Amino acid sequence: MKRHLLSMNDLDRHDILTILDTAESMHDVQRREVKKLPTLRGRTVVNMFFEDSTRTRSSFEIAGKWLSADMINISAKGSSTSKGESLRDTVRTVAAMGVDGFVIRHSASGAAQQVSQWVDAVVVNAGDGMHEHPTQALLDVYTMRQRLGDLEGLHVAIVGDLTHSRVLRSNLICLKTLGTRVTVVAPPTLMPSGIETWASSEGFDTSYDLDAVLPTADAVMMLRVQRERMSGGFFPTAREYTVGYGLTRERLGTLQKHAVICHPGPMNRGLEIASDAADAAQSLVLDQVSAGVAVRMSVLYHLFAGEGSLS
Amino acid sequence: MTRQDSAPPSDGSSRDNTEDDQFARVVMSCGDVSRVLRRVAHEILERNKGSQDLVVLGIPTRGVALARRLVHVMAEVEGLEVPCGALDITMHRDDLRRNPIRAIEHTYIPAPGIDDKTVVLVDDVLFSGRTVRAAMDALSDLGRPRAVRLAVLIDRGHRDLPIRADYVGKNLPTASSERVQVCLAEHDGFDEVRISGGHR
Repeated sequence: MKRHLLSMNDLDRHDILTILDTAESMHDVQRREVKKLPTLRGRTVVNMFFEDSTRTRSSFEIAGKWLSADMINISAKGSSTSKGESLRDTVRTVAAMGVDGFVIRHSASGAAQQVSQWVDAVVVNAGDGMHEHPTQALLDVYTMRQRLGDLEGLHVAIVGDLTHSRVLRSNLICLKTLGTRVTVVAPPTLMPSGIETWASSEGFDTSYDLDAVLPTADAVMMLRVQRERMSGGFFPTAREYTVGYGLTRERLGTLQKHAVICHPGPMNRGLEIASDAADAAQSLVLDQVSAGVAVRMSVLYHLFAGEGSLS
Repeated sequence: MTRQDSAPPSDGSSRDNTEDDQFARVVMSCGDVSRVLRRVAHEILERNKGSQDLVVLGIPTRGVALARRLVHVMAEVEGLEVPCGALDITMHRDDLRRNPIRAIEHTYIPAPGIDDKTVVLVDDVLFSGRTVRAAMDALSDLGRPRAVRLAVLIDRGHRDLPIRADYVGKNLPTASSERVQVCLAEHDGFDEVRISGGHR
């Protein structure tokens, strides 16, 4: 395993399976009365979030604390970045205090990669702009694997705002590595430009027709419509989006019995996912949150426990 | 002279049996192993005055197989199934920083839990004692046993910590440069204990 976790491309199949297996043991710890392991005692990890986040930030913090690492939170508001300090100066300042690692969330694609070149510490990408969000892909895969077993040969539909999604890219890489068939579904305006070449080189399918894809899917991953990143008109009205691409009550009925529903959150209920679907028995949304802590514990363990990296 | 010299805590039995296998000396045969386990199971029952409130926990990987065999013998003798589980100690090791990262094995604690029970930890080889220290730390996160005992197949000496076993299958005097290798049918297809290396 590489020293940093910046992209899903940093992990090969063996690494992914090791992280998922370790996460299972971590999940057991989560169910215990004493949720504390001494493993990362004496390590200091800084959570640097330059973008708003509830679940990613808190799950990294909980994961680190349960492994006995000292977790420190720095957010853009309230740090010197609001006084105009550059990202480079901010991370180098904090690194100079002698921290072992950074967990970085930033609105600019490639931010984590940049930071890894500026500091000696280990860097974990917790979402960089529209680029990648590797730990989200790992926890999605972990959750689906728990319910569906081995994902090789299964069919996953990823639906929604593909253009603005970092979760999409990480999941595509991860699922391809695990041998899962993927179909991405979106209205033409929310398909990333050049998706055809991407699809043919990476071996996934594209579709504009959600109703045609749903009956063959083993898992449906609904992506959030990211209004905060939308400057132009990507669809006429919310209602029109829901009719074409929302996981509505009617569409829920067309899913296979064993099929599961994922959503990385936060959900726009009534827009991309109806409450009937979000709260259905097939919905893994809360399992994903609970898996988030276990998977991040596993990632922190593999990146920080040893001297160097996984042999 | 591979991992043994840096006193790796967990397994006195090095599993990579690459070099000098031809010089390996067999110190316990298949029959020896099963006779010794039978005796140890009886000793545990004798000391505990029966099988009540016993929980047997093996330390992965070979300790788990040994724990199962001990419980099997106890069931024959007492007619009662003693709860048996596995206790992974990877996350509690004191040498995590010095070694490449290890995969984690599963911990399984049988249903009644370990509170107010007599826990018997089972491992294949007792060497530095660091594994056992880690196991006791791991136990304290899981509950509060009334007593903790230690059963090992081989005690090869060279302790780094003030730890001793309550039940020993065989005391095996070794040089610290030697390697003790425990093979069990569950993992290796046959039962045998070998000693190799050293004196060079």
